[in-house]
Amino acid sequence: MPGLEDLYREIILDHYRSPRNKGELESPPATRTEGFNPLCGDEIVVYLELDDSSEPPTVEDIKIGGQGCSISQSSASMMSAAVKGKTLAEVKDLTKAFKGMMSIHEQSLPGEGAGKEEEGDSGLGDLEAEIPEDVKLGDLEALRGVVKFPVRIKCATLSWNTLAQGIEDATS
Amino acid sequence: MTLDVASIKKDFPLLAREIDGKRLVYLDSANTSQKPQQVLDAMATYYENSNANVHRGTYRIAEEATHALEGGRAKVRSFINAPADRNVVFSKNATEALNLVARSWGAAHLSAGDPVVLSELEHHANIVPWHQLAATTGIELRWIPVTPDGQLDLTDLDRLLDGAKVLSFSAMSNVLGTLTPVERLVAAAHDAGALAIVDASQHVPHVATDVQAWGADFVAFTGHKLCGPTGIGVLYGTDEVLEATPPFLGGGEMILDVTKDGFKHTELPWKFEAGTPPIAEAVGLGAACDYLTGLGMDAVREHEVELTAYTLRSLTERFGDDITIHGPVEPAIRGGVFSFSYRDIHPHDLTQVFDQHNVCVRAGHHCAKPLMRELGVNATARASLYVYNDTDDIDAMADAIEAAGDFFAF
Ligand SMILES: Cc1ncc(COP(=O)(O)O)c(C=O)c1O
Repeated sequence: MPGLEDLYREIILDHYRSPRNKGELESPPATRTEGFNPLCGDEIVVYLELDDSSEPPTVEDIKIGGQGCSISQSSASMMSAAVKGKTLAEVKDLTKAFKGMMSIHEQSLPGEGAGKEEEGDSGLGDLEAEIPEDVKLGDLEALRGVVKFPVRIKCATLSWNTLAQGIEDATS
Repeated sequence: MTLDVASIKKDFPLLAREIDGKRLVYLDSANTSQKPQQVLDAMATYYENSNANVHRGTYRIAEEATHALEGGRAKVRSFINAPADRNVVFSKNATEALNLVARSWGAAHLSAGDPVVLSELEHHANIVPWHQLAATTGIELRWIPVTPDGQLDLTDLDRLLDGAKVLSFSAMSNVLGTLTPVERLVAAAHDAGALAIVDASQHVPHVATDVQAWGADFVAFTGHKLCGPTGIGVLYGTDEVLEATPPFLGGGEMILDVTKDGFKHTELPWKFEAGTPPIAEAVGLGAACDYLTGLGMDAVREHEVELTAYTLRSLTERFGDDITIHGPVEPAIRGGVFSFSYRDIHPHDLTQVFDQHNVCVRAGHHCAKPLMRELGVNATARASLYVYNDTDDIDAMADAIEAAGDFFAF
């Protein structure tokens, strides 16, 4: 059986203890998007401010609110650090790469998936089809161990799904 | 004499399972209970010897199957002291039973502005069907609040019930273990001219239940929490309310006659049992009632009161202010369900460590989000007891709590 160390890597605990970009942004101009994990009650709020003056637009600022377990909180923290200042195209690639890292196992979860309540799904379609190879996940790699604990995958992907929803809200 | 837990444990094959060479400590019976061999055998025997469809074949095993189904019903009837088998309707689970009441009775008898009173303790199964009914009919939902220690606050009950058409509430909270004053609430509902509906999903498995003494109009519960199989639940109703309730689902089994112009439904309880019923499940549920009756429901309750007292005492002694156990402190007014928080370790992380110790405990909102909001928490860890648990199980969980504390010591 995988041990706790496979899941709770030091860097994860570090982001959990001292979350990056925690807080709120005034909305508007920022968009405020909530995500829920219906399984465990975790809630996450992503505040997103895009800079439309550049093409493609970039993530000007991002803040994370809400409450959750170490996995969902640290994943949100790492995500916020990873996407800040990035173009939306880069964010999309990161999202694909991250969800790709998580998704093979998400797919094989018995009784999960289609038909279940799932909030804020990314709408990014068939992500695992092509995982961008040149994307550097950096710290986010530490979450790879989560796939050995299938019920926690939703914790790790919650903030990413919420971000994708937020981008949709902000660009539509 | 309370229960001989050592020998009871032997009745439950799953509890003999080891993972990584360590025994399983199952503390999630409020979620679903484990099943004794007696129940598994009864279901297997039914499938091996008498499997056929019911109420239609003229051959012998079909008669046996019908007899098996109706035998299960009779056992449930006597387990909850319903007056007759016709008052015991089988459903898929408690959720479906409560939906039947809201959708069929509610839709036929309630209209815009009619007050329906619920409590803040409710499981989503006794909330969402009423929200759905509100969306189609415009009924008004009112809520009995909870006190900080998780009891129903009945100070304003008269005002809440004023003009109410329904009071629907849980006899025992699945989050806090709170036992509610069922007879008093039913009487108050009736005095106000409201129908009394009891969600007894957590009560029936743990405390002797007498639906006639309660005087409730409808009582719903689920089979899998009382040593029975999944896939079967029960809706008890008085003759009066069941007769006044239109059929829920339509199809075979529930009809007397069908023409191209319409149908005539059959009599109780089959009027509410469209399609092939859960036959083996009814057999299993009957066997579960026999099993619990064999232990004696008074002894079951006595055992759980003792173990609840031990759990509250030992966790508090060992962890002091580091642990917060929600709900009433007095074992006499609660069942063995413990929602707790430990330091600031998120429940999901806590139970992840528990899993390494083979301690099965649920983390989350326990399908009671309005209650969680009242408690001011997003999630708790919840341990819950049953007949096969003993102080060793509680101690094993306490060790796991300590291990989590060490692991997450920042
Ligand atoms: C109080 C209460 N009501 C209703 C239910 C729903 O039971 P089921 O999921 O079997 O329909 C449960 C169990 O989860 C419960 O604890």
